[in-house]
Amino acid sequence: MTAFIIRRLLQFIPTLLGVVLLVFILFNWIGGDPAYLLAGKISNPEQIANIRKQIGVDQPYTVQLWIFITQIATGDFGVSWATNEKVSTIFATRLIPSLTVLLPILIVGTLLAMGLALLVAYRRGSLTDRAIMIGCTVGQSVSILVYIIVFQYVFAYQLGWFPVQGWGQDFWINLLQFSALPVIVGVAVSLAPDTRLYRTFFLDEMHQDYVRTARAKGLSESRVMGVHVLRNAAIPIVTNVMIQLPALLAGAFLIERFFSIPGIGREVLLAVERSDFPLIKAVTVYVAMATLVINLLTDILYKAIDPRVQLK
Amino acid sequence: MNTPAASMASAGLWTLAWRRLLRDRVGMVSLALVCGYLLIVIAAAAGIVAGDWAREAGVNYASPVFVGAGDSAPQAIAAVPAAPAVPSEPGIVDPLAGVLAELRQNLAAAPPEPPRAATLPLGGDKWGRDVLKKAVKGTETSMIVGLVAALLAVAIATVMGAYAGYYGGRIDDFLNWLYSVFTAIPYLLLVLAIAAVLNQKGTLTVILILGLTGWTGIFRLVRAEYIKHRSREYVLAADAVGASDAQRMFVHILPNVSHVVLVQLSLHVVLFIKMEVILSFLGFGVGVDTVSWGSMLNESQAELILGKWWQLAAATVAMAVLVTAFSLFTDALRDALDPRLK
Repeated sequence: MTAFIIRRLLQFIPTLLGVVLLVFILFNWIGGDPAYLLAGKISNPEQIANIRKQIGVDQPYTVQLWIFITQIATGDFGVSWATNEKVSTIFATRLIPSLTVLLPILIVGTLLAMGLALLVAYRRGSLTDRAIMIGCTVGQSVSILVYIIVFQYVFAYQLGWFPVQGWGQDFWINLLQFSALPVIVGVAVSLAPDTRLYRTFFLDEMHQDYVRTARAKGLSESRVMGVHVLRNAAIPIVTNVMIQLPALLAGAFLIERFFSIPGIGREVLLAVERSDFPLIKAVTVYVAMATLVINLLTDILYKAIDPRVQLK
Repeated sequence: MNTPAASMASAGLWTLAWRRLLRDRVGMVSLALVCGYLLIVIAAAAGIVAGDWAREAGVNYASPVFVGAGDSAPQAIAAVPAAPAVPSEPGIVDPLAGVLAELRQNLAAAPPEPPRAATLPLGGDKWGRDVLKKAVKGTETSMIVGLVAALLAVAIATVMGAYAGYYGGRIDDFLNWLYSVFTAIPYLLLVLAIAAVLNQKGTLTVILILGLTGWTGIFRLVRAEYIKHRSREYVLAADAVGASDAQRMFVHILPNVSHVVLVQLSLHVVLFIKMEVILSFLGFGVGVDTVSWGSMLNESQAELILGKWWQLAAATVAMAVLVTAFSLFTDALRDALDPRLK
């Protein structure tokens, strides 16, 4: 186990270097001299000169790359080109709002999809199954944009059940009031694909020998499905949920944008609009790091819940 | 692909798959729908339909025909109010009076605007442009982006997967490393980062962004297929008769893995259409002089609050029907090409 973890951690190095190189090529080489980008946006020439000095535009690319690596290692990406706020501060203050919305989406969405998938898998081929599956296919075809626009219009604007958008200082008000509709939208969007996927996981398990054995020894259907099948199908489901975590860190861009949630996703969109490169570079590199760590944790968790798995 | 002689001898993979597809009713209906959309795209690209989508044919926010003109008509007729009589104050000379008189004269001399319709088939947008024509043009944009980007991604992935799987060794290590780098960054974040750097809108930009980032999943599948096939007897036989590596990779093995590629192509068209809509909505997609379902949705956000729902409905339905049909067709295609899966 320890050897496995060490080996995987060593494998991180080339991948991370690759990510750093990719981001570097994109922003320092293709992106070019920030002076052109910023000419219309920052009026103070001294500030532009400062920014150019900071990323070393005049230096050869090797020096620029070294500056970039130092920035990553120290976590100091300087200040945002647009707002002059420190990039590290932006991260620290935007993470909590993002998670306040996204963790409930993940938890509620997964539980709902599991329940629904278990139901349709158990009634495979029935009218319920087919109706829900058709609903899922159609539901998946509607753009996430439409879900957000329509839900916001109907539930917040027309019916007034939720605030249209906004964010406060108090965690509980944020969670219960401002996050409610974004969470509903997020769950509605993820429900269709997740239900389809989890249904196949359940179907795979339902034809295993142990299910027949459990039925043969007279267990109730609810015990067979709710305990035996559910626990085995939980293994791929947990993996699927873990895979979604990195995207969660980068934020649900659209949900945060529409509901004015001051999270990381909204910040990234703003940064893309304003060509605020330091922020995008930082987000990309750190989310990539988090992805690698989460992938490793997924493998370890996989081993923990399924002792048959051999880590290699 | 099989020659006529081969299909006479025994039905090949493609003939068998086609027969299975013919029996799949859902698959055939969705195929017909997709073909219908393709015809619309070709007609729109050739300028036969919706060439004049940008013409302001109706009144502002013209209602759909089935809703009726309603209250939007009188408001539109009164759109150009008569110039209010400016009370002339004695003693104060208006320095712009001469310019104003000239402007009035020019306005009067201008040819009268053609009358605007009070209703349009599916309503009009803020400027009175026909929503139906916009939806058709949006279909053209989205499908072209989806198809070309998917072809690009599949081409990149197939060549890379072929090299990685066939040669193994160093090339495989390098391409796998590239794969791990691209997949370490969440997809939408990567797309946005590249959009930020390129900093220019346009159909070609979107196609390039999606195509150059979307190859990862297909690459892994193609690579696995090539590893499976490279030591099969028919490949060894091809080697024995003197086929080069490139011939073995792309003449002998490729047709045998093409069913995997085809299903992935179909899947990615849908994926890229969805991405294009999101990018265009956010303003990082196609340019302002091009209609996309994404830009239609963007406009419809403000319209909805005014109660003008038709542009939202048109873009949503046009996209949902295509994506549903394409997804069902992909499922049918997969079932037909690989009956073991289900």
